[in-house]
Amino acid sequence: MDFSYSKTEQLFLQMIRSFAENEVKPLAAEVDEQERFPLETVEKMGKLGIMGIPVPKQYGGAGGTVQMYIMAVEELSRVCATTGVVLSAHTSLCMAPIMENGTEEQKMKYLPKLASGEWIGAFGLTEPNAGTDAAMQQTTAVDAGDHWVLNGSKIFITNASYAHVFIVMAMTDKSKGTKGISAFIVEKGMPGFSIGKKELKMGIRGSATCELIFENCIVPKENLLGPLGKGFNIAMKTLDGGRIGIASQALGIAQGAMDETVKYTKERKQFGRAIAKFQNTQFQMADLKTKVEAARLLVRSAAWKKDMGLPYSADAAMAKLFAAETAMEVTTKAVQFHGGYGYTREYPVERMMRDAKITEIYEGTSEVQRMVIAGHLFK
Amino acid sequence: MNIVVCLKQVPDTTEIKIDPVKGTLIREGVPSIMNPDDKGGLELALRLKDQFGANVTVISMGPPQADVMLREAYAMGADRAILLSDRKFAGADTLATSYALSGLCRVLDYDLIIAGRQAIDGDTAQVGPELAEHLGLPQITYVVDAKMQDNGKLLVHKENEDSTQVLEVEGKCLLTVLASAFEPRYMSVSGIMEAYNKEVEVWSADKIDVEETKLGLAGSPTKVFQSFPKAMKAPGELHEVSEEEAVELIVAKLKEKHII
Repeated sequence: MDFSYSKTEQLFLQMIRSFAENEVKPLAAEVDEQERFPLETVEKMGKLGIMGIPVPKQYGGAGGTVQMYIMAVEELSRVCATTGVVLSAHTSLCMAPIMENGTEEQKMKYLPKLASGEWIGAFGLTEPNAGTDAAMQQTTAVDAGDHWVLNGSKIFITNASYAHVFIVMAMTDKSKGTKGISAFIVEKGMPGFSIGKKELKMGIRGSATCELIFENCIVPKENLLGPLGKGFNIAMKTLDGGRIGIASQALGIAQGAMDETVKYTKERKQFGRAIAKFQNTQFQMADLKTKVEAARLLVRSAAWKKDMGLPYSADAAMAKLFAAETAMEVTTKAVQFHGGYGYTREYPVERMMRDAKITEIYEGTSEVQRMVIAGHLFK
Repeated sequence: MNIVVCLKQVPDTTEIKIDPVKGTLIREGVPSIMNPDDKGGLELALRLKDQFGANVTVISMGPPQADVMLREAYAMGADRAILLSDRKFAGADTLATSYALSGLCRVLDYDLIIAGRQAIDGDTAQVGPELAEHLGLPQITYVVDAKMQDNGKLLVHKENEDSTQVLEVEGKCLLTVLASAFEPRYMSVSGIMEAYNKEVEVWSADKIDVEETKLGLAGSPTKVFQSFPKAMKAPGELHEVSEEEAVELIVAKLKEKHII
């Protein structure tokens, strides 16, 4: 068993870390404060190939691994969780289902522009009445001969107002339950498709989370993704992959908060010495560091299994559950270590704590992860 | 156009530790990076390549560990990488180093050689100019801008202490550049994916055009007398006062230290 990074991964880490530090970190506070989508960063990521890391070269990607992609999400989230989730939703939730389920024509049409960052991707499953109970889809798709007609709405869609390509689930045959759900590739500008209200959020405030509205939306016949009635399976598999991305985001947030706290506690002096010299600080930080490293191993292992083509559903759920709860704990304690300063926006740990919370909620809440893990355990 | 870029792998620290007995740098445990001015030189070469489709060869002299730096150069966009690595080069000072590099350049087909102004470990700023002398090339140092013009001549901006000189140069030449003028590009992901599929050519002394007696320690007239880390300065004091008070304060301080 080899836990070290390959030479290629080491080179990649050197690049992504310096990109995060120099291009992403300086914008993080502003992106949060102004609830601004970091479009300029996405353009830079596109030029460098970061928007298409695991996409095969023949579809315009970099031909990298899932491991490299999640390293990127981690390093970006370490300094800006908004930028991390933009990449994660784009890669895991939009490009991955096209790569895994798309026809050759669909792959050729969508992947090159997504991988180059010219187009940003998004994914629509959640509805006002279909959250964790995703099977309760009310968006419908009716076969109108030479096209599909979609009606309904999707909520909490990451990247929505900046995305060009959306993977959308809709009910094609209500009588069949989950087997009546199908997946579609919807493009910005298709007739009857519009972006609704933007959510004002606690954290990841730059990520452009909006509603998608379909009013007699006309979708070409060839934009059905995968077989008819397989949409629910596609969505669940897509979320399995997405969870590795969100686990990496959580890991990045936790690592970022650790970095800030180590720095701060070494500088901050109380009672005549740095607070890092107190055993309370040392013991708590040792525990947090251990949890962060444990989360990292879970995340790496899940990504490795996906790269190897092994089943990874439970691994992804465990990685996300543990990394998200670790991120919440680390950031909460990071604020505590920073004291009054930690509660202000002068220090990034306040933002990190707000950002961490979402990782326990989206792409399956922590409760859903426990259901998935238990499902594998007791099957 | 064929461009050769000289790269040096250097320790990534401003607090270089020195072996108190030998007076040489201790490199163990210090991460190594591409020397910043050299990286600026590579960036200039890649910009010329972007504009005119040049062929960029990066060369370096050093131990086998320098391989990773040349992979980085590949991932940034270099076309060929050659590492001069041979025990015969060991212990080279700037003269022997530039001589070895000149031996390599003589067997390469080039139109332009770019080097960094100086390396952050030795800070001599000698290797680039010496390389030009060994090869009998015109040289322009402290370059902050270089563009190929339609007439085939390079238009080069050279930074002087208090001015910028604009020069036009025709034919083969050597430039030494400042990192600050050429913000280096990031490695691209596809470049990284390819970096280890390419070959870093490792050349020994017998592949280049040199006299062996002029290589390595034997060819190095420089003898290091003594090396020592810079002494730490006392922290400065900040006074927010009016101009008149400032004059009085400075005079009083200078008197206190018996400077005036």
